Amino acid sequence: MSTLEPPLALLAELTHRCPLQCPYCSNPLELDRASGELDTANWIRVLAEAAAIGILQVHFSGGEPTARKDLPAIVRAAAESGLYSNLITSGVLLDERSLATLVEAGLDHAQLSFQDVEPANADRIGGFKGGHRRKLEVARLIKAAGLPLTLNFVVHRQNLERLPQMIALGLDFGAQRIEIAHVQYYGWGLVNRDALLPSRVQLDAATEEVETARLRLKGRLVIDYVVPDYYAARPKACMGGWARRFINITPAGLALPCHAAQSLPGFDFPSVRTHSLADIWQSSPAFLRFRGTEWMAEPCRSCERREIDWGGCRCQAFALTGDAARTDPACALSPDHGVMEAAVAARGGEPPPFRYRRIGAVETA
Amino acid sequence: MNAGLNAAVAPALAPGVKLRFDKVREGWVLLAPERLFVIDEQALDILKLVDGARTLKVIIDDLAERFDAPRDLIETDVVAMLRDLADRGAITL
Ligand code: SF4
Ligand code: SF4
Repeated sequence: MSTLEPPLALLAELTHRCPLQCPYCSNPLELDRASGELDTANWIRVLAEAAAIGILQVHFSGGEPTARKDLPAIVRAAAESGLYSNLITSGVLLDERSLATLVEAGLDHAQLSFQDVEPANADRIGGFKGGHRRKLEVARLIKAAGLPLTLNFVVHRQNLERLPQMIALGLDFGAQRIEIAHVQYYGWGLVNRDALLPSRVQLDAATEEVETARLRLKGRLVIDYVVPDYYAARPKACMGGWARRFINITPAGLALPCHAAQSLPGFDFPSVRTHSLADIWQSSPAFLRFRGTEWMAEPCRSCERREIDWGGCRCQAFALTGDAARTDPACALSPDHGVMEAAVAARGGEPPPFRYRRIGAVETA
Repeated sequence: MNAGLNAAVAPALAPGVKLRFDKVREGWVLLAPERLFVIDEQALDILKLVDGARTLKVIIDDLAERFDAPRDLIETDVVAMLRDLADRGAITL
């Protein structure tokens, strides 16, 4: 661990504006305002810096990245810097013309998110009427524009039983890859945990369904599958380890080691307006704070998995234990692991109403 | 043909997959959505011939001649690598 590897990917959150209001949105509870967004020239400079320090891929996300009028110019800058570009979108603002412009600008791939396959439920979850129909149309347009497409389904207790139809939809659209991602319980997802967390029985059925489909569709469709931590015995290697692979840039231009890091207290995240990406990666205290294994206490410190999962997620450790430097409670070796079982026990027979992602909808005590 | 692969198929990079030289790490990579494959020299020799036009047979013949190696040895390596990348969605067969 003596030499620092360069980062692999940039997560560029271009804006927090979004017409949808998904109750599991990975954005922070306090959303950045449009007036404070990083401008085009700054994004273009940041992309060139990213390529120069060894970043290979850029994921344009948000919010809804297509809400930015200058997206084609930003995509073009990525292509000119030699970055592989991926658009992570809800699709509802795209049409044939804007897609053609993005393809022409050099976009490499689009990932289109779905809330469900059942239209009324999809629109209810996303909080956007007519959204699902629009997405089906946009998936068709993306294929017609010749852009490689990944369908992304975020799954939870209120749509999980339609997993087979989700996989079938991916096949219908000729997607090469689909992503079945269980909600991760940070930020808005944590606020809505009781409304979203599946039961163990639901989760096991889903995992089995994915495994069977993978065998059946081998060589035809890649299925990426992300499980929730709440029934796990070991945590995920969150972001591949703190400040090891990714740099996330917020709409306002703060550089974070992970998109949820602003939930952690006591940090002063560097701004790309005043710091170069190279400096941020090499020496910003925020990036150094949990990089590697030095910061670890027991049980991680002497654990043989410490360079496999890097002690799990710092944001989850903070959200569930109040201390960002503790072992992720998703780990069965964590003294706090009981909070996971308690959450499962608390989810109740009927899901409570959603608290939608809206500005000012939740007190952020 | 080895492991049931037809010699007449013309392997191609899957849509959205790009072969690129990484200047900072000084090596070749296959870039795909949400994934990245580091390519060693042997794999690079194969992938440079993967263009959706050359058939498996042509690729194997070319490599066997260039490296002056037994054809079935080359065939085993090529088929194993292409299969693996196809299963991971980076190549279409
Ligand atoms: S998760 Fe939903 S609300 Fe959040 S950015 Fe994506 S589409 Fe918008
Ligand atoms: S103790 Fe720490 S390093 Fe070991 S498995 Fe658990 S989280 Fe990972």
